[in-house]
Amino acid sequence: MNPSDRKYSKEHEWAKVEDDGRIVVGITHFAQDQLGDIVFLDLPAPGTRVEQHKKLGEVESVKAVSDLFSPVGGEVVEVNQSAVDNPELVNNDPFEAGWLVKMSSSNSDKEMGNLLTSEEYEAFLESEAH
Amino acid sequence: MPQTLMRTALYQTHLGLKARLVPFAGWEMPVQYTGILAESRAVRTKGGIFDVSHMGRIYISGPEATDLLDWIQTGNIGTLREGRARYSLVCNEEGGILDDTVTYRLAEDRYLLICNAANRDTIVSWIGRWRNERYPQTTINDVTLDTVMIAVQGPAVAVIVDGLCPQQPSSLRFFASTEGAVAERKAFIGRTGYTGEDGFELVLDAADGPQIWQTLMDHEMAPCGLGARDVLRLEAGLALHGNDMDSTTSPLEAGLDRFVRLEKEFAGADALRHQQETGLKRKLVGLFVEGRSIPRHDHPLRAQGQVVGRVTSGGYSPTLDRNIAMGYVQPQWADPGQSLQVDIRGRLTEALVTTLPFYTRKRD
Repeated sequence: MNPSDRKYSKEHEWAKVEDDGRIVVGITHFAQDQLGDIVFLDLPAPGTRVEQHKKLGEVESVKAVSDLFSPVGGEVVEVNQSAVDNPELVNNDPFEAGWLVKMSSSNSDKEMGNLLTSEEYEAFLESEAH
Repeated sequence: MPQTLMRTALYQTHLGLKARLVPFAGWEMPVQYTGILAESRAVRTKGGIFDVSHMGRIYISGPEATDLLDWIQTGNIGTLREGRARYSLVCNEEGGILDDTVTYRLAEDRYLLICNAANRDTIVSWIGRWRNERYPQTTINDVTLDTVMIAVQGPAVAVIVDGLCPQQPSSLRFFASTEGAVAERKAFIGRTGYTGEDGFELVLDAADGPQIWQTLMDHEMAPCGLGARDVLRLEAGLALHGNDMDSTTSPLEAGLDRFVRLEKEFAGADALRHQQETGLKRKLVGLFVEGRSIPRHDHPLRAQGQVVGRVTSGGYSPTLDRNIAMGYVQPQWADPGQSLQVDIRGRLTEALVTTLPFYTRKRD
């Protein structure tokens, strides 16, 4: 269920390195399911610099507001405008069309390395459920 | 402190439907099945069913039942005709709202009172107190745990409920009721609800709940949780006790004057008459809120750089596709058209005072 081509944070974000080296960031299926209907994405403008695990923005659902933490540090280079315009996209396709931002990172190998693999993330979800 | 949550007779049904269950007013209740917005839209366009068995159901009967109810209710119960219902407030002697209720007059001396789940103990004690002090010839029978209540709400439900009931409930007027059967199970049927849509509330023996729920689902009624119920009632401008009013707010402040008969005697009447004469310190208003960030309970309302009130309920309205809220403000800021700002976690967002309700269904 959680694709193995990317890494995961314990705050339920994912990060995937693209061919050009940029890192795509989004939230997991588990996160969108817990949030329910997402109505608003508050994402930083391109150019914003964020450290790993620091607040990147907010995801607001009908039920609640959740902070979004950056799984890697770096500079925001692109925001998914389709998702901003149509936040349901994050509910419907959190791992692909519902990505949130792309980042450029100078330290991505190390930071990607300390995130969870899909197996580790699933084990983490399992342990949280109990 | 953790305590054992009560479960309705439909609990297993909710588990089978993979509902998300949450603690609510001492009960373990479904907040959503498929999604809050989809469920809200189902009710506005077709029909949905809600397990509202957590709400209090109290039969009150006897020769002094009418007098007792007239004493504890702000509305007129003595003039209520048999087979009709009235929305009314129960106030403490300071005029604060203990609960809002619907009272169905079933017969000359027999009533069914529906109260909020969180206030059931308060209301049962309050009724018991006045029975003991003033109206001893009254019988109080709380049947909440022996029955289920299912709200069937939406533009398509009248036809469906008619098909299941020999009493043809579509012939009932709004806020009328009858005792009959649904799918051959003994039922109380009220043409009432909390969504702003046409619909019915059914009270059945607890054991009959799951089968009737399934029958309604077989007729394409969407299971809906407390999340959708909250969206729908907010769109309909219906205040929620515990959010938009409580024992420190009065019906006059909450804009519920039309449900208060100040010319009769009832618990809290003196305090409310005094408040009427001296003026209100705050009023409940409806707000259209700009932007996409949702105004929520307790967010400050500001005008001219000052806090002039607070949001009590807010949310995204799927029917209107915009954010809406209710809140209390000082009376000088309460006129429709007044521009205010909501402080949403430090972001000031424009809000416009508007008349309630936000949504009114088309009636044929």
